[in-house]
Parts: sequence; structure tokens; C-alpha cells
Amino acid sequence: MTDAAGTDTATTSADVIRTRELTKRYGAVAAVSSVTLGVHGGDRYGLLGPNGSGKTTLVRMLLGLVYATSGEIEVLGRRMPRHAREVLPQIGALIEEPAAYPHLSGRANLALLDAAGPRVPAGPAARRTRRRRVDEALEQVGLGGVDRRPVKTYSLGMRQRLGLAGALIRRPRLLVLDEPGNGLDPHGIRDLRELLIGLNEAGVTIFLSSHLMAEVEQLCTRVGVLDAGRLVLQEDLAALRTPTGFVVVDTPDADRAAALLDGQVERRDGQRLLVRSGGADGAAGDAAALNARLVEAGLRVSAIGPHQRTLEEIVLSVTGTGSDHVGGVS
Amino acid sequence: MIRVELAKLFRRPRTWISMVLTCALPFVVAVFITITHLAPPPGQGSAFLSAVLQNGELYPAAALALVLPVFLPVAVAVVAGDSIAGEAAGGTLRYLLVRPVSRTRLLVAKLISVIAYVLLVVLAVTFTAYATGIFLLGPSRAAAVGQAPGGAGAGGTVPGAVSGIAGQAPTAGQAAGGAVTSLSGAPLSLLQLAERIAGAIAFITVSMLGVAAIALFLSTITDSALGSALGALAALVASEILVTLNAATVVQPYLPTRYWLAWIDFFRQPVFWRDIQRGFGIQAVYVVVFLAAAWANFSTKDITA
Repeated sequence: MTDAAGTDTATTSADVIRTRELTKRYGAVAAVSSVTLGVHGGDRYGLLGPNGSGKTTLVRMLLGLVYATSGEIEVLGRRMPRHAREVLPQIGALIEEPAAYPHLSGRANLALLDAAGPRVPAGPAARRTRRRRVDEALEQVGLGGVDRRPVKTYSLGMRQRLGLAGALIRRPRLLVLDEPGNGLDPHGIRDLRELLIGLNEAGVTIFLSSHLMAEVEQLCTRVGVLDAGRLVLQEDLAALRTPTGFVVVDTPDADRAAALLDGQVERRDGQRLLVRSGGADGAAGDAAALNARLVEAGLRVSAIGPHQRTLEEIVLSVTGTGSDHVGGVS
Repeated sequence: MIRVELAKLFRRPRTWISMVLTCALPFVVAVFITITHLAPPPGQGSAFLSAVLQNGELYPAAALALVLPVFLPVAVAVVAGDSIAGEAAGGTLRYLLVRPVSRTRLLVAKLISVIAYVLLVVLAVTFTAYATGIFLLGPSRAAAVGQAPGGAGAGGTVPGAVSGIAGQAPTAGQAAGGAVTSLSGAPLSLLQLAERIAGAIAFITVSMLGVAAIALFLSTITDSALGSALGALAALVASEILVTLNAATVVQPYLPTRYWLAWIDFFRQPVFWRDIQRGFGIQAVYVVVFLAAAWANFSTKDITA
């Protein structure tokens, strides 16, 4: 479905975000170093990486908050930060935690945010339009009922929703979301995922950073992995998750199965066997053939299928710089 | 953007609380003076205060003199110091900037809202003090003219409220620094009086803008609103100490608080312009220098908060 959105028109298929050799140094420390990444129009792009890997710095550079030491940034076809005035109005952003004026209501906060910025039209008609946009944004994130309460009474999840509403209020072409799932309960995370997928199907490109693999795996179509400021991986999620050629077998008769498949068993983990495939007809065919062979031998098979690496395994394999780094990830 | 900043300023409870407190101080002082009938003797205490028992209409000037040394600069430093640093600490700064609001425009909007705040507080003090003076201390009495020290000259020739005010002018001068002999006792017309109060308000506002510029500059350096407000106040305290230090005579003409009290000269007849002009000049320099520094720093700064 992403492909459908991505190839909708010629313009959205162009790179929406492109960086070249982007570097940011704080003194001797390189927070981001030589990052060259590309986000296509219609992507749901997930930027993964442990805490402190440079995700936030990268996001802030894309938005013109932090100035790059060297390298180039192009967002929506224009150079940043030089063309911030033209580019940023088309972007909705959530940068680390959401922020609002605590003594004002959620609605008042959105209204203030919407009224700020260049070329805000005045007059009663424009005011009505703005009020409608605020209503819509509140509705989209499910804050409709509490919009008149001061933000200081909001829970963390409600604040996150309000931040998201702020990002959506201008009907952006590109959403840049830094850790959007923070503070949301499982219900909220599911709502967020559905909202983002819906927006993406309507043509909005989504760029989000996260250290939560599961969140990215369920939502994104493309991932980039940052490690210590370097982009160590950038790939379509589907390509990353092509079967490895192994077959996973879950069986209560693991001992007998291991004996039967002698030599073909790559790894054994309790009742789970990772079996090297022999045939040339792909892992799916292997799984079926293997299943038949096991059942024929009188073994019980509770689950069988081609093996895919999880995103977590993939990320850990490319960011393997030490247990300290990956300890915070999971 | 300016409308947004003003809305933020005036929807904040702090703005109104600080204003009410600033207006309350002169009121409390007036209550005590009314009850005890004990005003400071001429030449002592806060400027104009010695004269208010004879002339309630002079109370706005006395009230401004009361709030100028501490209340007003504290309020201004807090508001201006909070302007950028407060948004940074609260996280709202980054969301404003990606709207996008250009950094220069944001700084200008912040400055204008600080100016609006200063004007509002000064005007509020003036009006509440005028009401306090009229209702509590009573309007000027003809007899007051004769009682006012140094006011016997021309003041005595025109009876009534207007001459009463003129009669107090020397008292003001005395409080400011014992310059009684240089003052004329000529009466002020109501129009003249209004002009002079307007002048004093303008002068005090500009003086406060010097404070605001320092605080605004510090506000772009740190993400701590408290730090920038206290930093600006520390600069003022240091200036006050140096102003009274004979050994520091060389730098005194350039200190931000050196001419703070020069607005009192508006109430002399004729207006004694020298210190007023210097005061305006030195504040203009402080405003320009610190705003330029604030702009240079803020527009090139990485926003990591």
C-alpha cells in the first residue's frame, strides 16, 4: 500500500529528505558523522538507533534547529536551513517530548501554535478556518473531550497526543516525529500506528525516529540504523526480512527431530529447532517438505515455517559496538 | 507573531499578579502615611514622599519613585529573562521555531511584549497611585503651597491645586539631591503637568528597557529563566554599588542605573534636561548593544533544548 501512495504522482516519488555527508560536531565529539540518507515520498521511514546514537541531533538538523558542521540537507526539494521559511510550513514535527504552555488549555495551545508563523492570514474567515483545523486535529488524536482543560492536568499520553495534534494542524506533507510512542500506553500506541498509516495512505510521508524496534517493525516500510552517529544500515524493511533460508520448527519431540535431521540442525533452543534447508525451491517449499518428512516419521509438529530475522536481530547485528550500547534497546 | 506573544503575556497569571503587587506597594505606603500622618521629612526617604500629605495629586510621582529601585526592575528582569529561556526550558521554543517563526521575529516579538508589559505596569502604578492620592491623601490644599519648602516664590501667587503641585517641585528636587536653589517655584499648568508625567513615564520605561535588554540577552544564552533574571539583577546591583562609590567615578557616567532618577528633573521648572538626555542616551546604548548581542547569539545558536 505504501508503494501505491509512493507512486501516486511523480512528485511524491522524489526524495523527500536527502542528506549528503551530514556531520555535526560538538567540540571533538561527532554527534552525527557523514550521514547520507534518503527518504522517498510515501515512505514510512524508521530511524533506529540506541539512545545517544545521534537520532535527535539528526532530526533537529533536518528541521533547522541545529546547524550542521558540514554536509548538505535537502527537504521537500529545497535546501535546509536556507529555505526553512518555505519548507517548514509543510512539515509537522514532534521533537523529543511534546511541549505546551501548562496553564493554557490544549485548545488554546493549539490555537497559539497555529497563529504563529509566517503569513498567517487575519480576519474572521481565517479565524474560522483555524478553529476548524484545531477541531480536526484534536479529533484526529482523540483529545476532543478534554481540549478545554489546562495542559498541566494532562497525563503524559495526553500530552503526547496534543503534541501530535500540533504536528498535524497544518496538514503537512511530511511528518518528522522523534520518538512518537513515548509515554503512550499500548492502546495509545495502536491508535498512533493506525493514525500514521491512515495519513501515509493519504499521501503523507512519515519519518520517525525510535529506539523501539517493535514499534518500527509494525509501522515502517523502510529503516535506517544509526550507531554512534553513523548510518550503518538503510534498507526497505521487506528486503531486510527476506527469509534466511532456514526453517523454524517447533516440536515437542525435539530430541527425535534433531536425531532425524542430523547435521541439518543449525541451532536448538528448547523445543525450537533452526533447520538448514536443503532444496533449491526456497524456504517455503522446504518447510512443507520438512513438515511432511517429520510427520511421516511420526513426530508431532506444533509450528513450522521459513525463518526470518527480526528487526531486533538485524539492528543488533549492525550496531554491535558493545553491550553497553545495546543494553538500552529492546 | 506579536499578537501571539502579547496573548501569551496577558494570559499568564504571573503578569497580573506581579502588576497587582507592584501597585500594592505604593498603596500600602499611602495607607500608613494617611493613618499616621507621618511623611518623611523633606530631603529624606523616597522622592516626593515628603510632600504627598500636602498634595495627594503628587502621589503618582512618589509611587513611581517607590517601585523604581526594586519592584519594577525585578518584574521586568523576570519577564524579559523568562522570554526565551522559559520557552527553551518548557520545550515550546523548538515548536515555535519549526512553525516556522524566524528567530529574529521571535526576538522582536518578545521585546515588544516586554515593552508592553513595562508600559502597562508603569501606567497601572501611575493611575492607581493617582486614585490613591486623591481619595486617601486628599487633593492639594491651598494652604499646602505656603507650607511647601521653597515653594513660596511663584507658587504662592497662584492659589489652587495647580500651584500646589508647582509648590512641591522643589521638594522633589531636594529629595533627588538637594538641588533646591536651582529650582524655580513657578506654577505648572495642568497640561504641563500631564506632559511631565508622560515624560517621566517615557523615561522610566526606557530605563527599564535597558534592564530588559540585558535580561533578554542572558535569556538567549542560558536555558534557565531564573538564571537570566538574576543575572540581569546582579548587573543592576553591581551598577548601584559602583554609582555610590567615589573610587569608581571614572565609570559612573556609563553605568545603567546612573541616571535612573533623572526623571525627577521633569518636575523642575524649567525641566532640567541634562541628566534626562544623558539617561536616555545611556539606556539607548545599552538597549542597542545588548539586543544586538542577543540577536547575534540567538540567530546562530543550536537549539538543543
